[in-house]
Order: sequence, then structure tokens, then C-alpha cells
Amino acid sequence: MTDDPGLHKSLAALGPVAARLPWPRYRLDRAGWAGLIEHLARADWSLLGLWGEQAAVHVALRDEDGGAIAVASLDCPDRRFLSLGAVRPAAIRLERAAHDLFGLEPENAVDTRPWLDHGRWRRDREPAAAPPAVDALNYPFLPVEAEGLHQIPVGPVHAGIIEPGHFRFHANGETVVRLEARLGYAHKGVEALMQGRGVDQAARLAGRLSGDSTVAHALGFARAVEAATETYLPRRAHWLRALMAELERIANHLGDIGAICNDASFTFAHAHCGVMREAVLRVAGVCFGHRLMMDAVIPGGVACDLQSSGIAEIAALIEEVGGRFEDVVRIYDGKASLLDRTIGTGVTLSELVHRFGAGGYVGRAAGRGLDARRNPGYPPYDDLDFEVPVMAEADVHARLWIRVEEVRQSLAIVWQILDHLPMGPIAVPVAARAGEGMALIEAFRGEALWYVRLDERGLVARAHPRDASWFQWPLLESAVLGNIVADFSLCNKSINGSYSGQDL
Amino acid sequence: MNAVATQLAQIALVLALAPLLTGFVRVVKARLVGRRGPPLFQPYRDLARLLRKEAVLAPNASWLFRAAPYLVFALTWLTAALVPGATAMLALGPTADLIALIAILASARFLLALAGMDVGTAFGGIGSSREVMFAAIAEPAMLMVTFTVALVAGSTALPEIARFVIGGGVGLEVSLALALIALVMVAVAENGCIPVDNPATHLELTMVREAMVLEYSGRHLAMIEAAAMLRLLAHAALIACIFAPWGMALSADPAALIWGLASFVGKMAVAGVALAVFETSIAKMRVFRVAEFLGGALMLALIGTVVRLMSEGLG
Repeated sequence: MTDDPGLHKSLAALGPVAARLPWPRYRLDRAGWAGLIEHLARADWSLLGLWGEQAAVHVALRDEDGGAIAVASLDCPDRRFLSLGAVRPAAIRLERAAHDLFGLEPENAVDTRPWLDHGRWRRDREPAAAPPAVDALNYPFLPVEAEGLHQIPVGPVHAGIIEPGHFRFHANGETVVRLEARLGYAHKGVEALMQGRGVDQAARLAGRLSGDSTVAHALGFARAVEAATETYLPRRAHWLRALMAELERIANHLGDIGAICNDASFTFAHAHCGVMREAVLRVAGVCFGHRLMMDAVIPGGVACDLQSSGIAEIAALIEEVGGRFEDVVRIYDGKASLLDRTIGTGVTLSELVHRFGAGGYVGRAAGRGLDARRNPGYPPYDDLDFEVPVMAEADVHARLWIRVEEVRQSLAIVWQILDHLPMGPIAVPVAARAGEGMALIEAFRGEALWYVRLDERGLVARAHPRDASWFQWPLLESAVLGNIVADFSLCNKSINGSYSGQDL
Repeated sequence: MNAVATQLAQIALVLALAPLLTGFVRVVKARLVGRRGPPLFQPYRDLARLLRKEAVLAPNASWLFRAAPYLVFALTWLTAALVPGATAMLALGPTADLIALIAILASARFLLALAGMDVGTAFGGIGSSREVMFAAIAEPAMLMVTFTVALVAGSTALPEIARFVIGGGVGLEVSLALALIALVMVAVAENGCIPVDNPATHLELTMVREAMVLEYSGRHLAMIEAAAMLRLLAHAALIACIFAPWGMALSADPAALIWGLASFVGKMAVAGVALAVFETSIAKMRVFRVAEFLGGALMLALIGTVVRLMSEGLG
């Protein structure tokens, strides 16, 4: 972690350091918070996350040049804080979520509508008695006025078996004039459920935030807990975690590549990617006891060791998938009718990608080449040789091709891990003690942030996950503008935001 | 009397065979991408299941919405029954005029597009508008094909055309080749095949015909599904009747009839395999590209007509 004085110095001038996560967390007062907003208007600090508590709000920031990371906190006993939405649009939905969950009122907010709360919660179950929200049926979508426009409501129940989300199109014939997504249908109160639980149980919940990223979120939670308790892992645990994370990345990218092709009705690629993904999942199931490797990453290490037979299984898998994958890629790259659909479709404006701080394939397809495995970086990736692919086109094809390159990189990473897997124990006990920690890890969708605070008994006092999707969903709304309604599926699948991951 | 019997047999035969052709195409498509695929007879089971299920209607559905499935089914069945398949000896043969067939299919489409808009859902409207946009180009293309064929064979009646072709009245004709390509392109579009439409999709926003019929369920949906299967058979039979009628029975001789039936089934199987291969090897095109695709069909058919007229003028 390079220490750029910009972010840290500026925040240090606004308030004292309250904790080390290990990144410093500064406690600001209201004047300091207002000063932060002034800084944000000028400085190139991207938003990493924003979350609330009973009477406090936290914001995690990263200096775009230098990569310094810090958290700023504001105690707000009156449950009011100045909104960051005007200077960091990525904060708008996070603030709305904080309002729904904790009743924290963002002042001068750009958007005061509820986000996760659809007016159907049992108030006694929620962590804080949030004020009653707008009725779910009367959620006001942003108005569009012009002649010849019509609305197309899609979802939350879809024709296929996918996660629930509502999309409101305003279209002029086939051309999309505005798209607004309404999410929150998959809200399950993960944060509230984790409160007061031991880290072992909370880890199981973290792994169920978004099923396709179960390894990544379990890893994020575990790393945050380990930072909070100053637990240092044996090397083998780090390497096994990376192995699982890369297998998850390969499986999901294969699924996505096939699904994007399928949305252009090219079923051949879909079928073959499906077979390869299945092969990865089966080997994962054999090696780690669960096809998605759920509950395999635990605070303090990993739950199950990899046997030498497992190494052979994975080696055979990588060899097989590596060959077949290149065949499918060659077919994709030579299929003019398919490229005609993906190239130039759903372009995300590079400026918006930077403003929202979108990571993963969405960011990397638009020239924003950040990867949490490199920056801030975490073990064992410093010992591994890999590249972070970056493209500039920002269309469906670019997002697909970034995935192709990442699959290639991940396959190479898995080889390296199998070659150099250190021996030794796979886990250490986590001390039951107070502390707070934060972790930034690279899920297959992009950077995911986890913040965890433990009380004296070592129970979770507050845990907050910020899935990569938070900053990718808004870009979908911009990507489809000017495209035709029928191309929405391609745009959506190429971004593939997690519903469950952001609905909390 | 014999013609009446064969006509009745043909009416029953197309209804019995249509789901089989659809099932066959699905199986071949699944095999081509490496899947096992559904059983060959799954479409029959699907229809039986839908017929048993309750039909759910929107409260504001009009009589048109309820009547359209039956009318669409009847019109498409009539089309399939009119196209000579196993034999040209059909009682309704004289009415099997190409222009009439195009009109009947267009009426079915018109009814379905109206029904799609009847309930007032956004998807129905999208589907209807796309369908009608395609039809506006597909139908002229189909008519141009008819003109070319009529110029060559001297008739627009299908039995006459089949007799003419079997009788060796036609050699290698550039105009007919162009007409064949155009007719295949139109048939692909009319039947909602990839690259124009994908009936198997679960993506509401990309649907064309499926979007129109999204509100249908139960027996209504069964009628529409059956009509779609009959339409596929009718188009395949139409192409076979004009461009490869050999084997078709021209007399009431039982041996000729059996041979005609066997060759008909064989031709349908070839058409099914060809369709499956084509659909698997290509991605769906952008909605607006379909206009260019069908425009190409129209242009080919037009060139075919012009070539024919010119060669006649020179001859």
C-alpha cells in the first residue's frame, strides 16, 4: 500500500484517527464532514463504500493516484448527515440504503426515495425503527416527458429463472430513452442477521450474500475479521483461498460468456461454456466438498485441505478447460453474426465509469484497470504472476473479452498455485476480542469491500458488505441509452450485476 | 371421390405430423450443440398438457383475444392442408393458389397482432409492432417469389406447379434459384427462427412472436403453439412442393401414394435438419437488421422475376 499524503493528510486535518483497519479511520465532526465534501468536489478520491450504523455514518475512500485508502466517520446522534450524493453519485444508492436500514437522513440529498425498503418490512424485525417509507406500489420513477414515448415495465418476475429486479423503460419505438432499475426485492437482512453472532456463524451468512460470489464474500469477511483481530494466516491458507477464488472466477466467467452468447441466441457457445463450467464445479465439489465452495473459506484460514489427489483433479481440469475454452473463443471471434450484436452495443461512458468507481470487467472494459488483487493487494497475489487486462471500447464485446482474458489469466494463476502450493497448516484460531477491520478483495464482478467491527466477546457488532454491483448497476442505466429495447438483455448480461449482493 | 379421400387424409396427416417436425428440429438442434435434447414426441405432450390446463384471461380481454387462437389455428391448418405434400391429387387442389395461401397466412398474422395488442400490455404491443414491421417486407417478398414461379410454371396453383416441375418442364433456372433462396429466407422469418426470432428465449424484451402471445395460457396457448407447428410444416411443404416435388403422387395409384408419403416425410426430415444446422450456426440479428434481411429476400425475388422476364423477352 503506497501512502499518498493527499487523502490521509487531508483527512487528518479534519479529525483524529479513531481506529486502524489497518487503514486509518478518521472521526470527523459535522464541520469536518462538510470539509470532506469540499475536498471530494476537488480531489480524485473514489468512493469505496458508505454505510450507516445506529448513530454514525462511515465512508471509505481511495485516492485514485497513489491508491491510499481511508475511512471517514461521522457521529450523528440526530441521525442526520450531509449527503455525498451531489459530489459522488455512487453514494446516492448507498445513502438511500443507509436511510432505509438505520433511519439516517442524508441532508441535501439528490434522491430521497427509499431504495431497499419497499414498504413491506415488518418494522419490529429491522435493526432500527426506520421511518415509514413510501408505499411500494407508489414508488415514483423518474419522469420522462416527450411526445411518442411509452413505458415498458419489466419484472420483478421475469420469464426466465433469474433474480428479481424491476426495470422501467421509457422508449421511443424501439429506442431506449431512459432506463431506471428498482432493486431490493432480494433483501434478506444479512447485516442485521450477522449482528451479535460469532464470526464462524457470521461467515456462513457472508458466504450466502450472493451465491455466485460465495468464495469472494467469505474471503472478504474473513479478511476483515482477521484484520480486526490481528490474526496472521499460515501461507497455505492464503494459497488455498486464492485457488478457490480463481476457480470461482473461472466458473462464473465461463457462465457469463456463454450466457451473453445465448442472449444473442447463439446456443452453441452457451452449451459448451455450460459444460466447462459444470466441469469446474464438479472438481470444486470433489476437492472442497461443495460445488460452489460455500463455507470453505472461514475466518482464520480455510475449512478443508486440498489432498494430492485434488491437485491432480484440478490439473486435469485446467488442462481440459484450457483447450476447450480456446476453441469456443475462436468460434466466438470468428462468428460475424455474433460480433455484430456485441460490438458497439451498450457502451458505458468512460467518464461515468470513473465517476462511479466501477471495478471488475465493467471498469476494465472502459479503461479503469484497478484490481484489488494488485491494489491494495493481498497474499498470495504478490507471489503470483498475472496481468490485469484493460480495454477502452466499453461495449458488450469489450466486457466479454475482458472475461475471456481473465479466464486465461486465472487458468495460469491456478497452474502457478498448484506448482508452488506451500505445505503447512491451513487455519489458525481467531481470538475472541474486540476490534474493527476492513478488507477489499476482488470478486469475479470486481472489488468488494467488507467492514467488520467486533465487540469484546468477539461477536459481530457491525458488518457491512459492499458488493461490486453497487457501482455497476447504475452504469447499466447509462449503457442502454440510445440502444434498442431488444438489446437490453445483452447489455444487462454483459454487466451481470448481482441482485442479492446489493439487496443485502 | 379419391381426391376427397386423399384430401381428408392430408388434413389429418399435417395435424399429426406438424408437432413431430418441430420436435425433430429441436432434437437435432440439441444434438448439434452437444445436448441430449427433449424427447422427439415432447411437442405432443406439451400440447396435451396445455389443453388440460386452465386458460387464464386478463379481465380486460375482449372476444377477439379469446377467438384469435382458434382462428389462427384454423387458418394455419387450412394452409398446411392445401399445400400438396404426399400427393397432388387433392379435392381442394384448385384452391391451393399461392396468392391465396399468402393471404390466408397474412390473415392469421393480422389476427395474432391484433390479439397481442388487445390486453394492452407493453410486451404485446412490442411484439405486434415488430411482427408487423417484418411482415411489411416479408409479404411482398413472398409475392415476388410467387410471380417468378408463376412466370416459369404458367400457373399460381400449387398442384399445377408441381406437375409442371415433375414433368420436366423446367431445367436449371437462375430465377428459380433466386426464388428458392428468397422463399427460404421468408420462411425462416415467418416461423420465428434464428436469426430473426428465437421462440426458445426467456428474454421478454427480445421476443417477437412470443411477446405477442405472452398473455396466452392453457388451451389458447395450445392452439397458438399448434398453429406455429403447422406453419413450419406448411412452409417446409411449400418449398418442397415448388422446388423438389419429385416423388409426389400424381395419380391415385396406392403404390404411388405410399411412395409419395415416404418421400414427403423424407423431405420434411431433410428440411428439419437443414433448419437446425442453419439455426445453430448463426446468432440472432438485431431487430432492425431483420428489415435488411427480409429486404434482401425481397430483392432476390425481384431479381428472379426480372431475370425471368428478360430471358423470356430474349427467347
